[in-house]
Amino acid sequence: MGRMKLYIGASNPPKTTQMKTGDWGTEWAFVDEEKCIGCGRCVKFCPEPCIELVEKDGNKIAKVDHDYCKGCGICESVCPVNAIKMETKEIYKVEVC
Amino acid sequence: MKRIVRGFYAIAEAVRLCRPNVICAYPITPQTEIVENLAEMYANGELDAEYITAESEFAAASIVLGASAAGARVFTATSSQGLLLMTEVLFNAAGMRLPIVMVVANRSVSAPLSIWNDHQDSMTVRDAGIIQMHAESNQEAHDLIPLAYKVAEDKRVLLPFILNVDGFKLTHAYEPVDLLSQEVVDSFLPPYDPVVKLSTEKPVAMGCYAPPPYYMEFRVAMEHAMERAKKVMEEVFKEWSEIIGRDYGLHVSAEYCEDAEVVAIAMGSLVGLVRDVVEEMRKEGKKVGLLKIRTFRPFPAEEVREALKNANKVIIFERSLSIGSEPPVTLEVKSALFGHSSPEIHSVVIGLGGRDIPREQIVKVISEVYEGKVKPGKRYEGVKEFEEVIP
Repeated sequence: MGRMKLYIGASNPPKTTQMKTGDWGTEWAFVDEEKCIGCGRCVKFCPEPCIELVEKDGNKIAKVDHDYCKGCGICESVCPVNAIKMETKEIYKVEVC
Repeated sequence: MKRIVRGFYAIAEAVRLCRPNVICAYPITPQTEIVENLAEMYANGELDAEYITAESEFAAASIVLGASAAGARVFTATSSQGLLLMTEVLFNAAGMRLPIVMVVANRSVSAPLSIWNDHQDSMTVRDAGIIQMHAESNQEAHDLIPLAYKVAEDKRVLLPFILNVDGFKLTHAYEPVDLLSQEVVDSFLPPYDPVVKLSTEKPVAMGCYAPPPYYMEFRVAMEHAMERAKKVMEEVFKEWSEIIGRDYGLHVSAEYCEDAEVVAIAMGSLVGLVRDVVEEMRKEGKKVGLLKIRTFRPFPAEEVREALKNANKVIIFERSLSIGSEPPVTLEVKSALFGHSSPEIHSVVIGLGGRDIPREQIVKVISEVYEGKVKPGKRYEGVKEFEEVIP
């Protein structure tokens, strides 16, 4: 790597696409596509916002972008049909003795 | 009772055992969970205190100042920008000689925004008249809380007390901690008995205006109190270590320093890593030592001088900067040594804003100095080459 370029005064232009924040949390939200009714409530409540409704087999279902999901669990708590579950990431599944 | 707990809990539990009357804080990473734990204890009825939520750190500090002035034992905690916002109040608290105990979960200061660990925040209040200690582990932090109250409330002292714990590195870390019992803390720490307090029965005004004929004496009196604190702390360290059976030494802990050619100085959680490297180098027959500075204010100049009297070279691992001068611990160490001994001083700034400090880096720094490969002076370890550009 050559010399690092620092924008004076930490005034970097926005680079959200390069700053993936999905590795911050210990959990990620997963959508049960069978249960999801595509109401979009999680989309409205996601503070990130990293949930969108997508078409699948003619139905709308929620899809979580794990590049940005920080695992806050708000979607899980607002889902009216319990279709969203928070799951611990593999690297955090350790035995604590 | 030994339990595996996080730093937050180890600190909060120790605070609970000290029976504070008023707790007030404003959330800020990485401190937040300390007061969250206390809030939970309060909600569960395990903590008989007033738990006040504030709208800012300035308000939180002001509330504990007022409560302390009214005779309450108080607790607050903060980090980084929160400490900066509290600063105006903390200078007042020290001048009003209020024994406020607070925890600073050390975090870097903005800008650029960083939530990660270094010691730049607590260094900003080094001249306020506040006692400052640094904990190496969560066990040490847990043990230091009752000690902090005992020292701060001692009638020979009466100054605020900041316990520094490295943000994330300690606060968020799980560690086996031998938790104190209520009986032990009660036997050591008597209820707070203020020498002066706000009351309708005997009205006083605190922190009043002191015109030029009076002001200077008040500030010199604080300096005297800080000097007395040094001796009081030594008494209390000894008393407490006999009760709990864990002896951390006094203001400093000098390890392998007697015949050491190179002594490495560190504060806070970095001490453990430096100790590990020093012990390994000792096994290889290299004469290296470790000086752990526990108390930063009052600065233990005599102890530092004594520990470094045989050293040819001194490395100071600095977790902060004093931009425009030399880093804070370097200034203190040089000042302590002036006129006594003049070893090479290597001031190594490391791990700012949570920059990782790998073991190899500590090995490299100590080895290079030991082998005489580097010139003394200030340098930055682990900094990439950079240039400033305009966006």
